[in-house]
Amino acid sequence: MIMIFGIPGPLLFGQLLLGLINGAFYAMLSLGLAVIFGMLNIINFAHGALFMMGSFAAWMLLNYLGIGYFPALILSPVIIGIFGIVMEKTVISRLYKLDHLYGLLLTFGLSLVIEGLFRNYYGSSGLPYQIPSVLQGATNLGFMFLPIYRGWVVLAALVVCFATWFAIEKTSLGATLRAATENAPLVQAFGVDVPRLITLTYGGGVALAAFAGVLAAPIYSVNPNMGDNFINTVFAVVVIGGMGSILGSILTGFGLGVVEGLTKVFYPEASATVVFLVMVIVLLTLPHGLFGKRA
Amino acid sequence: MTISRRTLLTTATAATALPLVRARAQTPSLKIGVLNDQSGPYMNTGGATSVACTKQAVEEFANAQGMKVEVISADHQNKPDLAVSITRQWFDRDGVDMLLDVPTSSVALALQSVAREKNKVYINSGAASSTLTGEQCSPNFIHWTYDTWMLAKSTGGAMVKAGGDSWYFLTADYAFGKQLQADTSALIKASGGKVLGAAQYPFPGTSDFSSFLVQAQSSGAKVLGLANAGADTVNSIKQANEFGVNRSMKVAALLMFITDVHVLGLDTAKGLNLTESFYWDLNDRTRAFTKRVLPKTPTNYPNMDHAGCYSATLHYLKVAHDMGVAEAKKSGVETVARMKKMPVEDDCFGKTQIREDGRNLTPSFLFEVKQPSESKGPWDYFKLVASTPGDEAYRPLADGHCSIVKA
Amino acid sequence: MFGFSRPQWIGFLAMVALIVVCPYVLYPVFLMRVLCAALFACSFNLMIGYVGLLSFGQAAFFGMGSYVTAWTMKFWHVDAVIAIALGGATGAVLGVCLGYLAIRRSGIYFAMITLALAQMVYFFCLEAPFTGGEDGIQQVPRGHLLGFINLNDDMAIYWVVAAVFISGFLLIHRIIHSPFGQVLKAIRENEPRATSLGYRTDDYKLIAFTLSCMLAGVAGGTKAIVFGIATLTDVHYSTSGEVVLTTLLGGLGTVFGPVMGAVVVSAMENYLAQFGSWVTVTQGAIFVVCVLAFRRGIVGEFGAWRKLAL
Repeated sequence: MIMIFGIPGPLLFGQLLLGLINGAFYAMLSLGLAVIFGMLNIINFAHGALFMMGSFAAWMLLNYLGIGYFPALILSPVIIGIFGIVMEKTVISRLYKLDHLYGLLLTFGLSLVIEGLFRNYYGSSGLPYQIPSVLQGATNLGFMFLPIYRGWVVLAALVVCFATWFAIEKTSLGATLRAATENAPLVQAFGVDVPRLITLTYGGGVALAAFAGVLAAPIYSVNPNMGDNFINTVFAVVVIGGMGSILGSILTGFGLGVVEGLTKVFYPEASATVVFLVMVIVLLTLPHGLFGKRA
Repeated sequence: MTISRRTLLTTATAATALPLVRARAQTPSLKIGVLNDQSGPYMNTGGATSVACTKQAVEEFANAQGMKVEVISADHQNKPDLAVSITRQWFDRDGVDMLLDVPTSSVALALQSVAREKNKVYINSGAASSTLTGEQCSPNFIHWTYDTWMLAKSTGGAMVKAGGDSWYFLTADYAFGKQLQADTSALIKASGGKVLGAAQYPFPGTSDFSSFLVQAQSSGAKVLGLANAGADTVNSIKQANEFGVNRSMKVAALLMFITDVHVLGLDTAKGLNLTESFYWDLNDRTRAFTKRVLPKTPTNYPNMDHAGCYSATLHYLKVAHDMGVAEAKKSGVETVARMKKMPVEDDCFGKTQIREDGRNLTPSFLFEVKQPSESKGPWDYFKLVASTPGDEAYRPLADGHCSIVKA
Repeated sequence: MFGFSRPQWIGFLAMVALIVVCPYVLYPVFLMRVLCAALFACSFNLMIGYVGLLSFGQAAFFGMGSYVTAWTMKFWHVDAVIAIALGGATGAVLGVCLGYLAIRRSGIYFAMITLALAQMVYFFCLEAPFTGGEDGIQQVPRGHLLGFINLNDDMAIYWVVAAVFISGFLLIHRIIHSPFGQVLKAIRENEPRATSLGYRTDDYKLIAFTLSCMLAGVAGGTKAIVFGIATLTDVHYSTSGEVVLTTLLGGLGTVFGPVMGAVVVSAMENYLAQFGSWVTVTQGAIFVVCVLAFRRGIVGEFGAWRKLAL
């Protein structure tokens, strides 16, 4: 057995792999946040609550309507995306002209309301959601047992992240979006319905969070606090990656997952905090984050 | 300056609305305050069902004897300072005589001094830390249902006897988790076993234990000891199954309630060992109690915390009736002393005795969670593996270093 | 001397009158909680209202002040004055250190850095043995003030807390209505201009930050003595969020806003404690309503309606 820094090689690789899996969640969640901030200039503190709602939607679909995991992967993002659109149209759009601060406070308030309501009705212990049978089991990689489901999570995350990045950076729709955020009146003058574009973008970001929620449901118990556990780390990811940068969030998300995994091997108690240390260091040296292009 | 009539009228009306003097009741009545977590990770452990069980005891005894007893409750949200604030108010302003339940060890400890200062009765059913009857013991306090030492001896001791002589802990990195790990480690070593390592994870806020479980697996230990509770335990078990840990190691959930098993489902929880001092299906008396209280708590069968609330209230009311309500209200120390003198008996725990340090010596039962095929009805989850009588289940009196015990 | 306008003087006297009368009518311990929260909110208001910097990490200073005061009262048995002063000093020292790092950025980045730094302080408090981890520092004695005033009596300690609050309140307003305060205002209005006039704006911001943190530490320390406990909740980010809510609800940048906000939030928490999660829902709903419709907060809206600057 190879020993690296006194840790058995297999253990180290196992942790790195697990870190990558966590990173997949961070990447997907921060992607949604980055899209929303980059395109809308709104700091969506409600993202964690929406992620949680995506998970609950999957659970409800299963328990109230008998709809299973794979359809839920599509349905849940759609449902929660629509909810996000409603939220945007009624509440969030009023804040576009104001300081960032108000968007942050409003979405923070929304997250408290959503989480509180779910906690009242569903308690905090968490509701069970089974891993779909086709994805159950584990493969023996030699240095660890990798549950198939977790491998699937990484795969799905990579696909979705790539697809989003591609859509925004390489397609004409994405180009229109980016133009609209830089100069909305001009783009509107070209005949593009900018408010609708913005609304749909918000819905898209929310849908991404909900998709991550469905992926998370079988792994963590579906409970109202699951957003809380992620939201601080995800924010750090977005800030480190650069607040408007899609690529930045994806890379930083996976990267930080790995860093966190490594910390768990050497100094587990600090694993929740190492992200913030990195954030402070990055912010002090590179004010706009690693890939950030706007203030 | 002349005061206008309007000002006079409004001031007078306002003054009558202010609670200047507490209305004196005609007959002295008792007030019980149930303080627990009603919205957080320990909501199902205590929560509304504890209140229901307390009210059940009131109904059964007080109403039959013509005593006036009121039960109020509040959510401490697992925050010691909020709990201190609520409790002070309860004692100072609202006339509460007995404080009950209080899960979450940090909160439980914080209230010791408040109850002592105000000379009221404090009975804890929900919290685990064994220091409550050790270094932090108090003459106003009784620890009713279980504690970390009892869990360690029952689950830990039995696992070692069954061949689990090497352990790896997954521990919530706060006082409760550390205490549980310490108590269990001591017992393991005393029984000739070894602790190969421990992973202490940040609490609260950790929902993914995969990396710690991988560490546990690579340690080669025979037993995975879960020194955590509530949602953490549920998650650790789910993920242990996912990673196949339960194939190479035995999982010991050091603190788990039947309500957690219900959340997990038998498919995931099957084969697990845990210790409770009460199980609804244990004997005829427990079944009778459960049948009585179930209509009031439709979503949850009672676990040991809930049963403890019922049992404690019943005993308190018996003693208060014996002393006379006015006497019982006067001094918490006196009332608790009487409670220790009178033997306890009820449908939940049978006959028990409260020790000098405030420890109620309930029996401890080691259960194994049934396979889905073995379960014949709702909440039919446990089979009994071993039982320890109350006088052997808890830490010996001398080892606790409790200051109120006369040496 | 404090730069109060006439309506503000009336408001101040009304506030003092209420502080004097209320303990005979309402529960003193509840009122002390309100006063500590109000002082904390006032210190936060100094930063956001007059300097324009939103800090999401004030709990770090409040909590550390709380821990230090609790520890010195319990283990060194010092006089309450010294304990509270040490709490304030801790807040100030920590404020200088963290502020030095954070001031370099502004706007949302400043908020995020303060949040991150506060998280690290939280982690420190979680691991350091002296804080007692999740148990916190419990059974802190009330002790004596100036050697002879016994603080175990609820009323005695109430007057002390009231005095601390009023002094803090007046101190803040003395700071605001001074040449230093005028520079702060200039920085908030147009920082590049202030720099071009020769002011070292970073230094001014840092000093204001430190003062704010010092008062947060005093508020924390006082709270620790009243309740006899210092816990991780004091350094948790939800406490940071709560002070933002309090100040927003009361009115950012107003004189009495933070105090009003503290009264409402404390009362709400107290009253709703029996309803479990509804506290969170209500807090969230208040946030939403405030941001959408009520941005000036209670005092701000009242002032706008009566055309007063309160």
